[in-house]
Amino acid sequence: MIRDITLGQYYPTESVLHRLDPRVKLWGTLLYVMSLFLFQSFAGYIVASVFLVSLIIMSHVPVKFMLRGLKAVFVILAVTAVLNVFMTPGRVLVSFWKIKITIEGLRTAAFMVIRLVFLITGSSIMTLTTTPSDLTDGLEKGLGWLKIFRVPVHEIAMMMSIALTFIPVLLEETDRIMKAQQARGADFESGNIIRRAKALVPILVPLFVSAFRRANDLAIAMESRCYRGGEGRTKLNPLKYAMRDYAAHGVLLAYLAAIIAVAVIF
Amino acid sequence: MRLPFCIGCMELIRSDKLVFEYVRRDKNGEVDGFVRAIDEVSLEINQGDFIAVLGPNGSGKSTLAKHLNSILRPTEGTLYIDGMDSADSDKIWDIRSTVGMVFQNPENQMIGTIVEEDVAFAPENLGIEPREIEERVKESLITVEMLGHRKASPSKLSGGQKQRVAIAGVLAMHPKCIVLDEPTAMLDPVGRKEVIRAIRALNDVENITIILITHNMEEVIYADRIYVMNKGRMVMSGTPREVFSKPEELEENHLAVPVVTRLAHELRKAGMNIPEGILTRKELCEAICRS
Repeated sequence: MIRDITLGQYYPTESVLHRLDPRVKLWGTLLYVMSLFLFQSFAGYIVASVFLVSLIIMSHVPVKFMLRGLKAVFVILAVTAVLNVFMTPGRVLVSFWKIKITIEGLRTAAFMVIRLVFLITGSSIMTLTTTPSDLTDGLEKGLGWLKIFRVPVHEIAMMMSIALTFIPVLLEETDRIMKAQQARGADFESGNIIRRAKALVPILVPLFVSAFRRANDLAIAMESRCYRGGEGRTKLNPLKYAMRDYAAHGVLLAYLAAIIAVAVIF
Repeated sequence: MRLPFCIGCMELIRSDKLVFEYVRRDKNGEVDGFVRAIDEVSLEINQGDFIAVLGPNGSGKSTLAKHLNSILRPTEGTLYIDGMDSADSDKIWDIRSTVGMVFQNPENQMIGTIVEEDVAFAPENLGIEPREIEERVKESLITVEMLGHRKASPSKLSGGQKQRVAIAGVLAMHPKCIVLDEPTAMLDPVGRKEVIRAIRALNDVENITIILITHNMEEVIYADRIYVMNKGRMVMSGTPREVFSKPEELEENHLAVPVVTRLAHELRKAGMNIPEGILTRKELCEAICRS
């Protein structure tokens, strides 16, 4: 049961967005998220929605899949909406007892929720169209300039990709430890939440021990295959900008210009 | 059959009275004493040999393996790999790309998220050009018959397949020698056969020196030479036939000979006319028919 968890939400299909260089997608996501906070007007939302909808269509990922990410943050959306509706001062629309609903409140609540939905959908487009290993490659290369500030970019990217490789292995191990303990009478399924959490401790201890042992084995295996850090390392499939990546940059710039124009004019 | 000696053979590995000691500490971290994991081991291995190292648990065979690509350095004595001193820290990367290592647990040596990436790891570390890496990955995967799985995720493969990918990962370095530290210990019989077949093909076709560390007797009958270790010492050596013709001595070293060899030995002791050092079932049948 524990192995049903899917990690990273890559949706394998064929599309322009899938083929784009991960660096473009990373910068694009960052830019899109920032752009959402640049405008206040209704026109700005139209520009942002048109851009988002065309990305969704281009990605060939089913909309249902895309919206699944929203389920997880539903509570946050609801709380944001409620707080905005009741806490914003302004022209009173409805009032009973001590609670007042204002027109401004409704307006900010709606816009806030739309903004959050855009933000989450926008970033999930990136994770849906990029494999985890492309993503770490993109981070390593896209953030390479941070090395000047002594940020160990290669090491962080290597750690991320090893963590990704080991997630299925450790999940399997957890499953095995749980079964071994269930076979000896451990109970993980009954009782209240505190009792169940306590039952997890005897799983975590052996899991940690084995994770350290695996880490040691892996380190030796990596060294014996001549791993010596990022210095002088080459790549099987090095990231290289193609025409479409430059074009994507152009599109992103055009979008940014449109948003700034809208923010200034309206 | 290779000749027992040959003039002009390339010597690949030579060790002279190799000793490795590690410090044993008690619970408080105080030095408790020294443990000799390897005790004056001398070896000579030529290019293209198929060597098997046998020994019970804790006999020092894995420690010896770790010396061969400079993960551990000798405490005393010398070890030369392809003419390079293993204690010389300038040569460490040359030694590691000359002698590749395959370990017991295939899961703990996978670095890439897909097979192809994992095989490419070593050549990437050596700073080889992308196009050449791609060629090496392809040819290594063909050698271990795993090309069809190049885009697969390692977690979806069987144990034998994972271990063959691990071998391909080492092959992509173009090593002269591959050391396999109990590569079949965690595999089922089918996986075992796959891996042993791949290893033999490497030795026969590519002329890569193989050092197979194991305690499975059935796997070593193909070796050119067997070394038996116990308690850090090299206690027996010779061709499989020579070593297996002394089952009592092997048993003293906590090893059991293959069933066929054992049976032949017992029949011989009981007075039948059967030669020493029978290795395969076929040989035994023929010997019994003749006697």
